[in-house]
Amino acid sequence: MKILVPVKQVEILDEDFDVQDDGRSIDPDCIEFELNEWDDYSWETALQLMEKHEGTVEAVPMTVGDESADDGLRKCLAKGGERAIRVWDDSVAGSDPIAIARLIAAAAKKEDAQLVLAGTQSTDQAHGQTGIAVAALLGWPHVAVVSALDYSAADGKLTVRRELEGGVEEEIEVALPAVLTIQLGINEPRYASLRGIKQAKTKTVDLLSPADLGVSTDQLGETGSAARVRRMYIPERSKAELITGTPPEQVKRLIEIVNELKGA
Amino acid sequence: MADILVISEQRRGVLNATVAEAIGAAKELASAKGGKVIVAVLGAEPERIIPSLSLAGVDEIVSVALPSSEFQSDEYEAAVAALIADRTPKAVLLPHSIDSLGYAPALAAKGGFGFATDVFGARYDGDDLLAVRQAYQEKVHVELEFPGKQTVVLTLRSSAFKAPEETGSPSVTSFEAPKADARTKHVTFHEPAAGDGEDLTAAEYILSIGRGVADEDNVAEFEDLAGALGFTLGCSRPIADNGWLPKFRQVGQSGKTVSACKVYVAMGISGSVQHLAGMKHVPHIIAINKDPEASIFSEAHYGIVGDMFEISKELKAQLG
Repeated sequence: MKILVPVKQVEILDEDFDVQDDGRSIDPDCIEFELNEWDDYSWETALQLMEKHEGTVEAVPMTVGDESADDGLRKCLAKGGERAIRVWDDSVAGSDPIAIARLIAAAAKKEDAQLVLAGTQSTDQAHGQTGIAVAALLGWPHVAVVSALDYSAADGKLTVRRELEGGVEEEIEVALPAVLTIQLGINEPRYASLRGIKQAKTKTVDLLSPADLGVSTDQLGETGSAARVRRMYIPERSKAELITGTPPEQVKRLIEIVNELKGA
Repeated sequence: MADILVISEQRRGVLNATVAEAIGAAKELASAKGGKVIVAVLGAEPERIIPSLSLAGVDEIVSVALPSSEFQSDEYEAAVAALIADRTPKAVLLPHSIDSLGYAPALAAKGGFGFATDVFGARYDGDDLLAVRQAYQEKVHVELEFPGKQTVVLTLRSSAFKAPEETGSPSVTSFEAPKADARTKHVTFHEPAAGDGEDLTAAEYILSIGRGVADEDNVAEFEDLAGALGFTLGCSRPIADNGWLPKFRQVGQSGKTVSACKVYVAMGISGSVQHLAGMKHVPHIIAINKDPEASIFSEAHYGIVGDMFEISKELKAQLG
């Protein structure tokens, strides 16, 4: 079985970020990148399946992004896996999750994957759309927000738990091929070893264009998206009444407030 | 035509409260364009839910019987896609919930609809429907438009829209959902593990710790502090995920809603939407965080920008 794991380099804003003059995007100078938190868990899920079913399960991380996204793939490869896939050309810029999903679905077909493990959402945009859109485009069964997973190689069946509101979980059975979106806390993601980080540098990252995957440019970018950003702005926020002073002064006031509130 | 379709959602016979809020949002949108509010009630026994959705402003309730007793993504997707084809609404409103995360993106991707999730504002600008959501860990608001889309699907954040207070008398019709191949099988529900006699939902005073605690060894210090203050200890998701505190102490969407809480002290918690969902209703919130930009400060009534360890030490000293 081959597992495709779509990962994302998410954007983290500096303290003094600003919206650009176009009013539709953040000044790129204020942005740093890191691997999406959810993707640590989906990649760990894939690694554990690969280790448990040694020799019969292969996991491949992939991303849609420019060359800066290679860092995220290397981070995955430092923990395991032999190769990764990056998809990009300029026609991808401005794509929303639905357009990105077209590329991931096409890559899953090209790789003949039977399982796609995506993160539930990204820390920057938090759409929660990509994984389940991939499932739709592939026509595969899917479960979102998976907090536990058991795979039986004998019958190709997955028994998963879906995390619901209020701490309840639902146990569900689903047969391969399938797409799951993985929730935080499903496992304890490992750290990469120094040796792993070194080895990752020599592993292959295949660069594919949308054309290589048979996805036309009108299916991508803003024209291929389900939504378009009209405006971005920094909201006015209500602010807490700040307790200032030295820590002893702050704490004195804090105790007064708590006593007052408890007495009321 | 500018009808608005609201899709209901229920679990074990309990209606998701966001559905009524979606009706409130639909009412505003529909009245701006002279359209109708149509509410589709999906489930094995839709007739049991219909009375609670007969709210002011609802023009029609469509009863849609589904084979599975609980949410099944393929059945929901097929039923809603067929309803959209039949009614051609301008917008389709769903709760932003775990269930809708499981089928709404599939619906939108296949149908080619406009689509936005976790939306907390929606309005028309002329004929253009606009939706507002957050990005970058709640630091930025993003207004989305949907050029060329005849139908737009939106999932709505809970508590963002106001449910109508009055009841109404909508007409009730029924709709036969197409046969769907249900490719996932519900096995059972698992209840969260019960606590050791402590119930966060009943606690009036809660001190919660978050990622700022940094290390498992630091947790005990805050257990002591909560005890010294006479508060019950709670936590945010990463602390429970790491196993540093049991899951029954987790506050938030996938944990507990602290409904009886009067004073909530959040230490080292940034205030994600999921955490806020469990505690932002608390009448007195005090936030202690070293990041002045942390979103918890916009929900808190009092704030200390400072180091949680330093404050904890000082608190213990002053409490004696």
